[in-house]
Formats: sequence, C-alpha cells, structure tokens
Amino acid sequence: MDELEKMLLMQVADLHKVPDGAYNIRKNGGGDGRRSTEHIKIETKTDGKSGIDIFIQPNTKNESVHIPVVITESGLRETVYNDFYVGENADVLIIAGCGIHNCGVELAEHSGVHTFHVGKNAKVKYVEKHYGGGDGNGENVMNPTTQVYLEEGARLEMETTQIKGIDSTVRTTKAELAKGANLIVREKIYTHGKQFAKTDFTVDLNGEDSGADVVSRSVAAEQSSQEFISRINGNSACHGHTECDAIIMDGARVTAVPELTANCIDAQLIHEAAIGKIAGEQLIKLMTLGLTEQEAEEQIIKGFLS
Amino acid sequence: MLELKNVCYTADGDHKKEILKGVSLKVDGRFVAITGPNGSGKSTLAKIIAGIVSPTSGSIYLDGEDITSLSVTERAKRGISFAFQQPVRFKGITVKDLVSLAAGKKIGVNEACSYLSEVGLCARDYINREVDSSLSGGELKRIEIATVLARGTKFTVFDEPEAGIDLWSFTSLISVFEKMYRKNQGSILIISHQERILNIADRIVVIANGKVEKEGRREEILPCLLGTSACPALREKMED
Repeated sequence: MDELEKMLLMQVADLHKVPDGAYNIRKNGGGDGRRSTEHIKIETKTDGKSGIDIFIQPNTKNESVHIPVVITESGLRETVYNDFYVGENADVLIIAGCGIHNCGVELAEHSGVHTFHVGKNAKVKYVEKHYGGGDGNGENVMNPTTQVYLEEGARLEMETTQIKGIDSTVRTTKAELAKGANLIVREKIYTHGKQFAKTDFTVDLNGEDSGADVVSRSVAAEQSSQEFISRINGNSACHGHTECDAIIMDGARVTAVPELTANCIDAQLIHEAAIGKIAGEQLIKLMTLGLTEQEAEEQIIKGFLS
Repeated sequence: MLELKNVCYTADGDHKKEILKGVSLKVDGRFVAITGPNGSGKSTLAKIIAGIVSPTSGSIYLDGEDITSLSVTERAKRGISFAFQQPVRFKGITVKDLVSLAAGKKIGVNEACSYLSEVGLCARDYINREVDSSLSGGELKRIEIATVLARGTKFTVFDEPEAGIDLWSFTSLISVFEKMYRKNQGSILIISHQERILNIADRIVVIANGKVEKEGRREEILPCLLGTSACPALREKMED
C-alpha cells in the first residue's frame, strides 16, 4: 500500500497499520487483505454480486470488524454489497469507511450497500466515515445504503460522519425493529463548495417497546446544499425521536423534511428541526475571549460537529 | 484605567431612542459598581466598553489609548474581559473547551478544575459537559464567571453577575471578586442592583436617564440609594 492509500485508510478507519481482529480491505475495486477470526468469518459473495458476507457467531463479545474501502483511481465506479449476520447476544464494533482520492478528471463513485441482520439481544456499534480528497477536477461521489433488521431486544448504534470532500452523496438508511429493539443514529455532515448531500432515513418501529433516536447535525457552507428526510413509522407501542440541527453559512441551502406516522394509539413520535446561521451572540462571546470572528466561527463549527 | 468621554448612544429602529446622553467617567482602582433603575442604560454602557455596541459619539480610553474604534477581539486582547448577564450556550463545546479558549491556551484538567472550584462547581462533574441547554441558568452563569477568571485580565466588566446564581451565595461571588483582584490587580466594574454587591464597591456610579446622576465613594453614595437618614440630599428633601 502506498502513502496516499495509507492516508485514506487513516482518515476513514483511524488505521495506521493492519487492524486487530477481523478485517477486509478493499482497494480500487479489488481485495487488499482479509482476516477472519475464530468468531468472525468474512467470505466473498457467491451470488454474483460484488462484496462480502460477514458472519459473527452468537455470543461473540468485544470483537471488532474493519471493512475500509480505498479508491485512488479516477473513473472507478462500483457498487459493493456487504451483508452482516450478527448472532444472538453478540456485542461487536464494526468500522466501515470509504476514502476516495481522485486526482484525475473523471468521476469516481462508490456505492456501498450494507445490510445488518442483528440477532436477538445482540449489540452492534457501527461507525462509518466518508472522506474525499484529490486535486483533479474529477468528482467524488458516494451513495451509501444501510439496511438494518433488528430482532427482539437487539440494538444498533450507528455513527456516520462525512466531513468535506464528497461532491455528491445520497445516504439512504432503512431499519425495521422488532420487540424491544433499539436504533440510535448520530449523523454529522459538513458540506462546502457546490457539494450536495441528501440523507434519507426510514425507520419502521414494528415491535412493542421498540425505539429509535435519529439525530443529524450538519453544517452547510458556501454554495452547498443538503436535504434531510426522516421518516418514522410507529406501528406499535414504541418511541421514536428524530432531530435535525443544521447551521447554514454563506449561500448554502438546507431542507429538513420530517415524516412521522403513528399507526398505533400507543406510538410516541417526536420530530425536532432547527436550521439557522451561527448565533451572533455566540460569535461575540468567543470574541470577548480574544478570538477573531473567523476563529470563533471555526470553534463553533468544530464543537457542533464534535 | 478606563475612561469614557462624553459617550452617547442612540438606538436605531423605527423610533430612535436616546439611551446614553453624554456619559463621562473614569474607572480606576479596585471595585467600581454601576447602578441605576432598569432601562437607565447600564448594560448598554457595559457593552460599549467591551466593544459589542459602538457609541454614536464620544470616546473610550484604556490606559490612555483611544480604543473607541477597536473591535471586540482587539479590546479583549488589550485586557478587557466581559461577563455576560445572560451567558451564551453552545452545542458541542464543552466547559473545558470554553475555559481553555478563555485562558488562551490548552489547559490541563487541574487548571480547569481550579477555575470551576472558584465558582463553586465540582469540576469533575462539569469539565466534559457541553455548554448547552442541559445546564441550568445558574450553572451557566458560574461557568461564565469561570471563563473571566481564566482570562485574568486587567479590566473586567460584570453585567449583573448576581442574576440567576441560584443557590450559590453572594458571599462566594464576592470572594471571587476579591480573589480576582488579589491575583490580577486590575479594575473590576460591576453592573448591579444588589445592595450586598454595592456594599463591597469602593466607588459607586449611579446612572439614570442615560446620564451619570451621582458618582463617588461608597460611603457617600450608598446611603442615598438606601434612603437612610445618613443621606444629606434626601434629608433636605424631606425637610422641604
């Protein structure tokens, strides 16, 4: 792996070297290393689709799976399917991420479709980071799709981050929750230039006592635009909360569309959305501490997206 | 020393309102309190000193330098600190981040804790909390005072520091002012209505209708404000 590829790997997976535990590294459309462990098996798909199946045995505790993707070839376009089968009572950390460094002039595109089948009472923390760089004029495009199926008592916590560098993204997440299952999503997005980011969540709270908490914090700077759609369907006695909190700057545009549907008398659903520029009093407070207006703005954004 | 020369301020808007009508004042020494009725222009004056509001006319000098045209940042760098009456909340910025920004450097947990303990907060419980709506008004107010302590500048303005400090006592607030003075040897200007705070002031300035109505040593001014018989002006009035 060369220096550029290592840099991308560090950006998306905080990896300086080969990770501990199970991993699969995908580079420019092909495999670049894989390790299965005693409890976690990674296998190439056999149904003709590009991608891998990851099998996590029941009761696997405190283990991790890294599946970073690195693209440095301009013009590469791919769709990859990664399916996770998480056994009952497992408790694991899954780190995915995609880094594109597009030095050429052609469009580079990665569409990752991640499906999680999470067994009874299993817990998954899923961390996903997207990074784009490059000094060419080629566009970096990423369209991640996440599908989540949570069985009884299962829990998935998803942390997804995209800070600059991606020119266009449509991020689709769909989840179905059984009795007592829990979904937590924390999304952070920063767009600038003429970038476009769309987030589309659909959560079906099917089981009694299931709950979802979907929170997005974003900053749209310069001429970029963002769309946040959050659909929660309460099909039983459940709790659903969705929140979109966005800072707009310069000539940016942000749309937040909540869609709550209660199909059960005991469904409790809440949506909150706030879009606005950085409050003048926040800038002033930091300026009274000796920061310039620009430094104050940077600190506020850094804190907001931390 | 801070000096205001004939500072006037007229608020813009549909109805232009004259808020300050030529305030001239010298602030030197330890504790100076500015008091006066609601709407008399006290808070506007404090904001003019910090550079948050620009005066319509008049000048402001800090240690002889004309700072009237300097920005909030430049005044802060020259040693003016300002504690807000209603502190600002920030999503994602932690108490430690804010105290570090105030100190102007990355500070360790121990140093951050020392500022928080000064304002009666158990540092361990607060250091990693966000300065957001999860904090009560009283907690926020004390953190605001801690940021000013961390700055340690030669001139500090407190805009109604007693407002909303909840269970934390006045005595503690006053001891913060005293410690601050011992440490920085700078002037502390306090906008306040509270008798107990006026009681520690060396000098008291009374602002009414946008003008300095009275100014002098505490012993002279305070009795008038409290309406006791020790105030000659009031006694004369009653005798008339």
